[in-house]
Amino acid sequence: MTDDSHVRANRWKRFSDWDERPLRLDKFAVEDASSGFAAFNSPYDPKPGLAMGQGVVESMDGIAVRDFDMIDIFIAKYHLDPEIAPEAMAMPSLEIARMLVDMNVPRSTLVRLAHGMTPAKLAEVVAHLSSLEIAFAYGKMRARQTPGNQAHVTNAKDDPLQMAADAATAVAFGFDEIETTMRVARNSWSNAVACAVGASVGRWGTLFQCSSEEAEELKIGMAGFTSYAETLSVYGTEKSFVDGDDTPWSKGFLAAAYASRGIKMRCTSGAGSELLMGFHERKSLLYLEARCLCLQRAMGVQGTQNGGVDGAPVTCTVPGGMRELMAENLIAVWLDLECASGNDARATESEIRVGAKILPYLIAGSDLICSGFGSILKYDNSFNPSLLNGEELEDYLVLQRDFEADGGLTPVGEARIMDLRARAVDAISAVLEELGLAKPTADMKQSVIAASGSDETRTFSGRDVAMISEAIFARSITVIDVIKALAARGFHEEAENLLKLVRLRVSGDYLQTSAVVRNGKIVSAVNDPNEYHGPGTGYRLSEARREEIVAIRDVLTRQEVLRGEAQFRPAEVTRIAYRPVGPAAATGNPREVVIGISPAFGVKLFQTVAGHPLSAILRVLISGIAEGGCTARVVRMLHTADTSFLGLSAARLAGSGIGIGIQAKGTAVIHQRDRLPHNNLELFSNSPITKLEHYKRMGLNAAAYARGEMPEPVIVPTRGEAMGSRYHARVSMIYAIETEMTSEGAEPEEIDIKFLGAAA
Amino acid sequence: MSDKPLSVADYPLAEKRPEVVQTKAGKTLDDISLEAVLADRIGLEDLRITGRALRQQAEVARAAGRPTLAANFERGAELVDVPQDVIMRTYELLRPGRAGSKDELLAAARELRDVYGASSVAAFIEEAADVYERRSLYKKRY
Repeated sequence: MTDDSHVRANRWKRFSDWDERPLRLDKFAVEDASSGFAAFNSPYDPKPGLAMGQGVVESMDGIAVRDFDMIDIFIAKYHLDPEIAPEAMAMPSLEIARMLVDMNVPRSTLVRLAHGMTPAKLAEVVAHLSSLEIAFAYGKMRARQTPGNQAHVTNAKDDPLQMAADAATAVAFGFDEIETTMRVARNSWSNAVACAVGASVGRWGTLFQCSSEEAEELKIGMAGFTSYAETLSVYGTEKSFVDGDDTPWSKGFLAAAYASRGIKMRCTSGAGSELLMGFHERKSLLYLEARCLCLQRAMGVQGTQNGGVDGAPVTCTVPGGMRELMAENLIAVWLDLECASGNDARATESEIRVGAKILPYLIAGSDLICSGFGSILKYDNSFNPSLLNGEELEDYLVLQRDFEADGGLTPVGEARIMDLRARAVDAISAVLEELGLAKPTADMKQSVIAASGSDETRTFSGRDVAMISEAIFARSITVIDVIKALAARGFHEEAENLLKLVRLRVSGDYLQTSAVVRNGKIVSAVNDPNEYHGPGTGYRLSEARREEIVAIRDVLTRQEVLRGEAQFRPAEVTRIAYRPVGPAAATGNPREVVIGISPAFGVKLFQTVAGHPLSAILRVLISGIAEGGCTARVVRMLHTADTSFLGLSAARLAGSGIGIGIQAKGTAVIHQRDRLPHNNLELFSNSPITKLEHYKRMGLNAAAYARGEMPEPVIVPTRGEAMGSRYHARVSMIYAIETEMTSEGAEPEEIDIKFLGAAA
Repeated sequence: MSDKPLSVADYPLAEKRPEVVQTKAGKTLDDISLEAVLADRIGLEDLRITGRALRQQAEVARAAGRPTLAANFERGAELVDVPQDVIMRTYELLRPGRAGSKDELLAAARELRDVYGASSVAAFIEEAADVYERRSLYKKRY
């Protein structure tokens, strides 16, 4: 070994530890408005302003009409309400910001004002709000009262069997909308049919979209397979718009075209897209997004998908990026648009940042909290991983339970999921066979039903899928053919469900703002408007909904814990006998150590939390004391179950003045008769990681103290496990069994211990 | 049906006012059943929205304080009977650099107005034709 004590370290090693954390995979950008890296404020952002002459806009946000670009022209003509604009633009931004968080100012008042506000004005107002205020205002201003959620359903093989199974699974978890896309563009028709069939299993009403090239997507919609679209991207600068191969008028025309086909539609925008496309004009992210949102209201779309979306990762590299994403969602709902609020593209590798990102939305609620929660595994997500994915879906279910917040999802049991997946795979297989598209084998089906992700499936090849998809298109197969195929093969319920979804088009009720289908009925901002005006109003969990949310799997009950403990009794009675021999008295033996056991020790409870049989614990404690040159006496305490008092009471009975107190769960202490109750000599507080060798050494140390020595204390090494989260529910239930057996003033009882047979 | 515009209270129309909801061929929502589909009495044509339904939804949207949404439904109503290929051709022409001159867009607008009676959509396209000229979009992009 070299002596490096003279070498001066040049780095605190904690930085090396931090280097290894997933967070360090995230890269951060310096705030630099002139390069487009500014969330809320850029010196190049215009000051809010509007000049009107005889009801006509003369300049907006510092730009004269003659210098308007396409976006300005469209916003000035179709968004700004000349009746409201002079009043709204004259109000101080701070005052309006305060109205947004004032529960006594109705949503409708604020929505009306927004109709008269320019993009710079809207951005300036929300910039006054802290993250907390934005979240609160979002909860107050979102359009539909009942929150919801959307899922991505895709897989790396574009496998229709898995697509159907995963669609049915997402529907079961409660998603209001599911969205698919493809690895290979020509597979769109196969994906569409598979998801439409899968989403008809279990219940009806989940809206479905197939994200593909604009013209193709509309064709798939026309064939009846999809019920909504959200890939109409808009941008906040003219050059980005043109680079995206559209104009406000082309997109506006497409919006009307979707309406004419009876298909629900929302636009997509979000911070960072202009930055990624290289045409940010040195403006802040929020200002550009405010332009996008005014444009969307101007076009007359019912809603938006915003909050970064694909631009979220770059937005989260700048200071205030996450706050900006919340702020732009707030502008969307303030403009009275349905908001599918991002939480989509995974913006970070840090699970802490993921959890922090989702929380405000979970507790504030949103029309669609994620505009694509990855219901499938990350590697199967053909949109790229989402903020939350199949891997983390249970974490999200638990967050709902923790905060008693409706995130739109409902826990589902294992058996139910397996039934639905099997049914979905059978249904799509029947359709493929009935329409002469493919013949899935039993092995293919079985592998898909059980698979968590496509790595585990033995299914169609890429070529097979392409041929299925091209055949659907070439033969002009429509939803009517699929409904008939389902019915012909006995899937009447699914056929009915699919028909009901397509039938929504006839009345067009689901084209209104924020419309989803719940329990077979349309719920939208029209018949379920957000009427929050303070505690006791707005969306509240009903008792029934709360019961659904809290019903996660593997929840401990006292009965289960007791039943589990009782299982260990038969083995323990073959190893040890506890014989009460009357009241315990103090003795004068200076080499005697007393072990004070708890009331339920070996009576109702038989092993420690670490899983050691209590007989084994007593055996090593006693042998440790004996090896230390002392004798052990076992006394059961009936007046207390507290470790400190067990130990102190034992010490006071011991001739040496040294006692060990131990609870059935394994928590143990060495005490001395003259000390204060909680000022012990040694304590094993982490029973789940305490090993038999530690108890043995505790016995040895107790004997050493009895001999008047000062031994090295026994340390149970911990690696920082979250003991509380793993064991406290069970420990609390176990401990209650101990405390129930105590009675005040009960005398300690001397116990004769007899070890039977071999050690455990 | 009265001439009074539909209101928020009439919504959802399929539930509250089923008598005003009809397919193009005059079928009701109740006529659209699985049995009817299997018996070929209902086809994809019967599962399309009508111009009337879109105008009804426009009335609801306007009553709910959403005039721009209503206007889009009204433009949509004009496009219900426009064939898919005309829709796609018009959309394509509106994309930047597709039309080589203003006249191409004006011709598309004229077709929509004259053949399909889509006057507000036609005006929308004519407006685009002006704006594209101002913003120099009549140039090939690829």
